[in-house]
Amino acid sequence: MKVKELVDALGLMVLSGENGLDREIEGCYVSDLLSDVMGNADMGDVWVTLQTHKNVMAIASLKELACVVLVKDQQAAPDTLEQSNEEGIPFLSTSMQTYETVGKIYQLLNA
Amino acid sequence: MAPFKADLHIHTVLSPCGDLEMSPTAIVERAMARGLDMIAITDHNTTRQVKTTQKVGRDRGLFVLGGVEITSQEEAHCLAYFEADDQLDEFQQFLDQHLPPIPNDEDRFGYQLIVDENDEITGEEQYHLLNALDVDIDGLYDEVHRIGGLFVPAHINKGTTSLMSQLGFVPPDLKADGLEINFRTTRDEILKKFAYLKRFNFITDSDAHFIDNVGDVYNVCYLEHRTFAEFGMALRGDEGRYIDTMYFRDHKLPR
Repeated sequence: MKVKELVDALGLMVLSGENGLDREIEGCYVSDLLSDVMGNADMGDVWVTLQTHKNVMAIASLKELACVVLVKDQQAAPDTLEQSNEEGIPFLSTSMQTYETVGKIYQLLNA
Repeated sequence: MAPFKADLHIHTVLSPCGDLEMSPTAIVERAMARGLDMIAITDHNTTRQVKTTQKVGRDRGLFVLGGVEITSQEEAHCLAYFEADDQLDEFQQFLDQHLPPIPNDEDRFGYQLIVDENDEITGEEQYHLLNALDVDIDGLYDEVHRIGGLFVPAHINKGTTSLMSQLGFVPPDLKADGLEINFRTTRDEILKKFAYLKRFNFITDSDAHFIDNVGDVYNVCYLEHRTFAEFGMALRGDEGRYIDTMYFRDHKLPR
């Protein structure tokens, strides 16, 4: 599944990184502790979080994640979005909370 | 220049996790009995026990820095220190404005009591003090500095509630006046992994929540006098002031 298909299926808002919407999604990781994501997320994962610090982008890039989904309408800082555009790793946003978001992602990825 | 033993991260009974014995008078007495020359009172998200402790300290000859351990939006704990009463008051207003108004459940989290120098209870904090403010780390630094305080992220190597646990690593462009590490690492160990942190000076403290832990870990600050200004200079390494870290009471690692 590609990032843009996830955007369409869940009605996500694309905050940045539109040039990465063709990235392939391999899985999903959910955590708000960045050290945990650094240790445990896999390449190609969708990362669902409510953390918005700019280190989120740094770790998404380091781990070559597919995209980041910010829940509960969280907004990322301008410098985060700029880096997301540069690296082509999309930042997406939803008004849903984590439970609903990852429930839907689970269904999509395991369909 | 003279060496001053300093434990700069101590909780009182006002922190929900602070033991009931942690009254201003008990803390000052224990700190002096352990040979400390200065301490800082750093309760979670409140400064309301600082002034009483400072008064007890003044009466007995212990220098007490006014401080607070703030929880950032990212849930990273950060120490802040202030010099004057009006600065503490101004920062307290900021804390009151940004702490979520969620009542404390003292059966589950512990008491949040304000006590006077005779250990009499004079008040309590109504809202649960372990919650995160709705301000991120950069915003906290900006506010602390606007008021003229010093900003030191706490126990950055800790597995929970630290910069590293919450953010994965210390942001290279972090704004801070120094960094606190706990006794489970050393400055050299940190710098081996994160060389870019060498621009910071470090402190190491007990983070005492129980009276017996006061002064378990401390610094030796080389200052002209025991003042806030001198401590700031030592944190920055100005004009020969400096801070030696990782001293342990009776040369023993805390449990």
